[in-house]
Amino acid sequence: MTILINENTRLLVQGITGHEGRFHSEQMLAYGTNIVAGVTPGKGGEWVLKGKIPVFDSVRAAVEVTGANVSAIFVPSRFAGDAIMEAADAEIPLIVCITEGIPVKEMLQIKQVIRQKSAILIGPNSPGIISPPRTKVGIIPGNITKSGSVGIVSRSGTLTYEVVYALKQAGQGTSTCVGIGGDPVIGIDFIEILSFFEGDPQTEIIVLIGEIGGQDEEMAADYIANQITKPVIGFVAGQSAPADKRMGHAGAIIERGKGTADIKIKALRNAGVQVVKYPEEIPTILDSL
Amino acid sequence: MKLHEYQSKDIFNTFQIPIPRGRLASTPEEAKLIAEELGGPVVLKAQVLTGGRGKAGGIRLVRSAEEAEEVASKILGRNIKGIPILRLLVEEAVNIQQEIYFGMTVDRDNGQTLMIASAEGGIDIEEIARISPEKIIKVGIDPLLGLLDFQARNLATEIEISRKLWRPFILMAQNLYSAYENIDATLVEINPLVITERSQLIALDGKITIDDNALFRHPEFLDKRDTSAEAPEESEARKFGLTYVKLNGQIGCLVNGAGLAMATMDIIKHHGGQPANFLDIGGGASAEKVAAALRILLADSRVNTVLINIFGGITRCDEVAHGILQTINSMETDIPFIIRLVGTNEREGQQILSEAHCQTAQTLQEAAEKAVAYSHERLP
Repeated sequence: MTILINENTRLLVQGITGHEGRFHSEQMLAYGTNIVAGVTPGKGGEWVLKGKIPVFDSVRAAVEVTGANVSAIFVPSRFAGDAIMEAADAEIPLIVCITEGIPVKEMLQIKQVIRQKSAILIGPNSPGIISPPRTKVGIIPGNITKSGSVGIVSRSGTLTYEVVYALKQAGQGTSTCVGIGGDPVIGIDFIEILSFFEGDPQTEIIVLIGEIGGQDEEMAADYIANQITKPVIGFVAGQSAPADKRMGHAGAIIERGKGTADIKIKALRNAGVQVVKYPEEIPTILDSL
Repeated sequence: MKLHEYQSKDIFNTFQIPIPRGRLASTPEEAKLIAEELGGPVVLKAQVLTGGRGKAGGIRLVRSAEEAEEVASKILGRNIKGIPILRLLVEEAVNIQQEIYFGMTVDRDNGQTLMIASAEGGIDIEEIARISPEKIIKVGIDPLLGLLDFQARNLATEIEISRKLWRPFILMAQNLYSAYENIDATLVEINPLVITERSQLIALDGKITIDDNALFRHPEFLDKRDTSAEAPEESEARKFGLTYVKLNGQIGCLVNGAGLAMATMDIIKHHGGQPANFLDIGGGASAEKVAAALRILLADSRVNTVLINIFGGITRCDEVAHGILQTINSMETDIPFIIRLVGTNEREGQQILSEAHCQTAQTLQEAAEKAVAYSHERLP
């Protein structure tokens, strides 16, 4: 078992005819993901990816014809909020938004709508999800992971690759790896993913990768202390970051002395999480468990 | 993007939030002229994007137009925290009876907007939070419903605004919320919001931060960004869609992804080195973008070593390699480059770089150790 995605995933790609959408759809297909449809308004009726995948004008039409149950969004930021809303309206239960740069006010509204629809939104500004060996939704490179028992949840993209790659190099595999996104307002957070991992028989150990800004890691620490029985290893990026400077991710900013790496590391350690100093230390710690 | 007080007040004025009469002056003569127009005592306020203006002598009450000219000549051109004072807001002095803190901001943890108020206005909100947190009242605003009148009325009650001022306060709250929504602000702050001796509500100061991600739908702000408070490299980087933050060390870092860029800085520090910067080239960067990033990075004269750490997902290692090669071929530099390329198209990338005689590394740890060793060797 894995979480969120598996061989029953029927993926729809919103923005499949765009530059990034096409490239990463090819990658997902090559990895083994069951892509059933694409959506690009105005390009309905076309077939893409060597004529294998039909393109629809709307998410609703794509779902009706193909039974898609997961959507990946590669639409440019100014249209991505609308794309999420369209997927939610078509009752897609799992929406993964790769796009970065959606205005935060739009996200506040989207979050409310998603709650009402009881859909799961991953992202925005997420690298997606991968359940090795054959299913991935998003842009996480397939060749850097292998199937195994470590569940990974992260606010970052490439830093996550670093961790799954280090695991693979050390011969350790991943059950599912989820990037929840680097924006200040995102769909589901650490806590929900942690609860999925706790309930997933394949996952034996959980790795949580956080970064400065907000209180997500602190809240996750609280949840881990009370609800998680599996061992958790943590890493928090931004220990050398100055205050009041946005470190790339819109969410990665130490505001008013809150959300520093030190506070987060302390909270995680108090919850029994083994916090490492750098990502490549994780496999060593795993071996010692 | 942060707006100046005068820019924030222009927006308040557009949204019918009362502000003191006044105008912007960039010379002592202009300050005198404006003071004459206003008549009576005026306040001169330095327009710099930093806190603590009052303590640094950047806000002065003067009694006459002549005094305004004299004081303006002393303030203009001075620095506050290293930022030059180029403009003064000259405003009528207001008779204050009560000072309130009033603001709205995004509450990221709960996915809503928070309306925040305190009867203890005029001082820093963090200061209020420290001394008397119970005096800060917070009300969550549903993003789909917007601000409801009763929420503003209840808030007015909590901070003990007298009944006869409820109506103007609710109006002001609604206007502030309209401004906050319309301009895609992530923060609007009136501190202090004053009640005058004649029972009027006036926004005596204003602070607004606009969501950078929403600037595409606000062309009106494009030329309003004040870059005087940031390093020149930061402004240059923005032109290319790069995120650069200047730090104090010698190891220039170029990384894709914010989390990995932070982790790269952290590991450099862990090994005893000092990062010169945070630089995220973002996802899917082109060779040109990488070359621009390297130019910006190498413009910092303290940089004695460059560490490039790329983990390709949406970014392709061959594109990055082309950018590196362009830079190495076009610039005469003896600064060592330590390069690590992993992920999408890594083999193609390494192939391209094999002609360039760069130091390569397999792991982040190896890259950091090498960079720190080179950097230490090259320290004077």
